Amino acid sequence: MDEANYPDDLLYHDQHDWARLEGDDHAVFGITWYAQDSLGEVVFYDPPVVGATIDKDSSYAEVESVKAVSDVIAPLSGEVVEVNDALADAPEKINEEPYGDGWLVKVKLTQASEAGALLDAAEYRKLLENN
Amino acid sequence: MKTPLHEKHLELGAKLVDFAGWEMPISYEGIREEHAAVRTHAGMFDVSHMGEVEVEGPGAPAFLQRVLSNDVAAIGLGGAQYSCLCDEEGGVLDDLFAYRLGGDRYLLVTNSANHESDLAWLGRWSRTFDVAVRDVADRYAMLAVQGPHARGIVSRTLGIELPPRMRVSTARIGNRPALVCGTGYTGEDGVELLIDPGIVPAIWVELLDAGVVPCGLGARDTLRLEACFHLHGNDLSPDRNPIEAGLGWCCAEATGFVGSEAVARARAEGTAEKLAPFKIEGPGIPRQGNPVLSGEEQVGIVTSGSFSPSLEIGIGMAYVRADLADPGTEIEIDVRGKRRAARVASKPLYEKER
Repeated sequence: MDEANYPDDLLYHDQHDWARLEGDDHAVFGITWYAQDSLGEVVFYDPPVVGATIDKDSSYAEVESVKAVSDVIAPLSGEVVEVNDALADAPEKINEEPYGDGWLVKVKLTQASEAGALLDAAEYRKLLENN
Repeated sequence: MKTPLHEKHLELGAKLVDFAGWEMPISYEGIREEHAAVRTHAGMFDVSHMGEVEVEGPGAPAFLQRVLSNDVAAIGLGGAQYSCLCDEEGGVLDDLFAYRLGGDRYLLVTNSANHESDLAWLGRWSRTFDVAVRDVADRYAMLAVQGPHARGIVSRTLGIELPPRMRVSTARIGNRPALVCGTGYTGEDGVELLIDPGIVPAIWVELLDAGVVPCGLGARDTLRLEACFHLHGNDLSPDRNPIEAGLGWCCAEATGFVGSEAVARARAEGTAEKLAPFKIEGPGIPRQGNPVLSGEEQVGIVTSGSFSPSLEIGIGMAYVRADLADPGTEIEIDVRGKRRAARVASKPLYEKER
């Protein structure tokens, strides 16, 4: 994906992560177009284990490009119910489809109300403009 | 500081980073693509941040023999030689290429971060020799064109004869005098061009139009690490001598160079640690500063680490306890708290099948 893109149906964390809410208490997480573009070509994704507890605003995984490693910050709290195993062989999906096949984890939320603190797409775009 | 190619980098949408005070491109389209271009075709690097020092005078051969670790007397006219610049304790102040341009005229190409301190060091040691040491960094822009097709494209595009590997020749590029060096830092064939800064943008465009891929410092680093070339500041430093760095081959202690006693002692007695290339076995990418483990004991430290685009695994170089530096030895790298299995490898870490 060459052009900056921030879908309207996602919620955003100011550390450049997104969450897609599914049902009342599940969500999928990933990193934003801006995050993958800053990092460059992702060559390694170090996921959490299924069952791991993750806390909003804390690191739950690492993504690495050739030159740099970056912590991935949880936009919401919960328990990991699925990790994107396909990224082990194709980490470049994080660059190519950061909101699609490049998703990182699926989480059962423990405090769904935290979503109120996240940004919508317009707010996140504004944050990037002011950076 | 900006090189004469700064505008060109911006036009190409390069990602720029600060490197030793210079605003340099880290990559254009992506490190992996640029890396692959050098391994399979031809890539070019703006390395105009590197320093140049001219050493001239009747005392030049004897002076350089005194300050450089290699046997400078072995450099014939038009020859090139790799050397360390050592302090009295044998610590490596810089590593550099010396090119012999005339009977008593040499050019040294320094690392940008060390250029000023090298000049001061050379100036200090030159006082008892009949020699002039001049900072000529402003006189040259530097382009490294590297890859299996690099020499052919440069020769055709610029209409010049190229020197063989490890030689230097003069040429006219853009109707200005230039130096063409058969050297590089990628493990591929190629040349390094020292060109008038005023015409380097036009030469850059000519080579770009001829299909040479612009490459940034990111690919330069992954290429040199696969080839096991040292990076001063990472793998070499004043706290390490050439012997433990595996650079004994470029030290001729019999010449009596500054630091030669210490280097001779290190060679005779052995060193506590040695620089060892290694490959990660499995997931994980080592980075500079990661501890090296053997069992529960820390036995070394990673000085360069990266993902290898050619091998698609984590690779690096580390100073490890000397008894663990032999190829095949199993070690572990502590990558941010995760132990990653690794194995000491032989040099180079990547070699093309020939």
